[in-house]
Amino acid sequence: MTLTEKAAPPMKQPPSLPAMHTVKLTVNGTETELQLAPWTSLLDALREYMHLTGTKKGCDHGQCGACTVLVNGKRINACLTLAIMQDGNEITTIEGLSQKDADGKDGLHPIQQAFMDHDAFQCGYCTPGQICSAVGMMNEGHVKTADDIRELMSGNICRCGAYTNIVDAIQSVMNPQPDAA
Amino acid sequence: MNSFAYTRADGVTHAVAERADESTAAFIAGGTNLIDLMKENVARPTRLIDINRLPLTTITDTENGGLRLGALVTNADTAYDDKVAKNYPLLAEAILAGASAQLRNMATDGGNLMQRTRCYYFYDLATPCNKREPGSGCSAINGYNRIHAILGTGSPTGDVQCIATHPSDMCVALAALEATVQVTGPDGDRTIPFAEFHRLPGDTPQIDNTLEAGELITAIDLPANGFSKNYAYLKLRDRASYAFALVSVAAALEMEGETIVDARIALGGVAHKPWRRPEVEAMLHGKSASNDVFQTVADAMLDGAQGYGHNTFKLELAKRAIVRALAQAAKLN
Repeated sequence: MTLTEKAAPPMKQPPSLPAMHTVKLTVNGTETELQLAPWTSLLDALREYMHLTGTKKGCDHGQCGACTVLVNGKRINACLTLAIMQDGNEITTIEGLSQKDADGKDGLHPIQQAFMDHDAFQCGYCTPGQICSAVGMMNEGHVKTADDIRELMSGNICRCGAYTNIVDAIQSVMNPQPDAA
Repeated sequence: MNSFAYTRADGVTHAVAERADESTAAFIAGGTNLIDLMKENVARPTRLIDINRLPLTTITDTENGGLRLGALVTNADTAYDDKVAKNYPLLAEAILAGASAQLRNMATDGGNLMQRTRCYYFYDLATPCNKREPGSGCSAINGYNRIHAILGTGSPTGDVQCIATHPSDMCVALAALEATVQVTGPDGDRTIPFAEFHRLPGDTPQIDNTLEAGELITAIDLPANGFSKNYAYLKLRDRASYAFALVSVAAALEMEGETIVDARIALGGVAHKPWRRPEVEAMLHGKSASNDVFQTVADAMLDGAQGYGHNTFKLELAKRAIVRALAQAAKLN
């Protein structure tokens, strides 16, 4: 290779970034419009652009479940979907689970209350994902036994090891049949 | 993640045309594997063509008594579909043995076929990998290869190029059921038998399947016979749930009394594609179900298998798994 071949021609213009996109999301009942780059994950949109930091970033690779949110009532990993792919969808995060009580005051979701009653966490980092996942599991309607809870909650890792109490908490709300002996 | 442009396709024709215009673009459906690969810089598409709004989201009856799974039906909706659960329980169980509830809610049936190996060297840009960068070498052959392939790793040149496995559970069941894959592309529609969809690495391990450039999966067709009476999906892994298979077996039998009249055996976790040997399955035709017969078949299924050190345990594990899965399918005590 000669010196003249080595020199790359100067760029006529700098590379341009792909266009930003308008993304409409209904998050916890409130319609929101964001200007986002296409590579913004739903998780980053919630945390960095809407400041809803209840949803946690754990592994960012779909392996831990800390980022679990509900999209149109179904639980998914917010780290493995792009916000732009969810355009028009209804998102529920841990911040949106509380329910009005008879007096019109904000009350905890029964799963949230059960996690407190059963001491279903230590450090709490996985807890929003655990709770959203449990609510999603209730919506899905496939739990018959406590074993089903363990299997269908396996996408939520708790490094403190609070699993026993997590299952107890969910069980207290869902009342499944006892495990076969 | 590299920057990329985004297009939302509003129809199959639009999606295929967009892809034909930009060869470095990629279709995205559930995104559970592709987005992860993009975060790791293993996949670097210049444009994502979002196919999620395409009308490929239903499960319908086919003329020959089978079912057509739209490419965009989620894995969860497939496994819990009444007809799938009743007539194709092998498929439903295989799907539910894979991933987590969250991932199954996102991942689509077409995407399940397109997922790439979970070989850790494939994901690690600091190491050579013939699948990620052809010609750079394989780090697994002499590296840590506990999860890797023991069958079908040969290449025409004689040098093994890649010992990655295909990670899907669903595809193991689809192989046993002899599903077909419906695709459309710049040159029109075609049907690919499942056994011909995924390929062995040979000396081009960077190519996972036989799709032509720009082709899009539109549906997966299940034949009428779902082997719903005598079947088993046995998955062996390092933890009870949410782990890839070290070895899995889809066993499906058609029985008349004690006699086996048809048999399908597909293995996961052992090769670059779901592993079948129809000539070995045929050894079961006309035989009475027994562990002795199943042992002979298991030995033949593993004929030619080769371990690479850390994964050598799979040779015996696979044989025992085949015997157990066939015994479960035949309802032997």
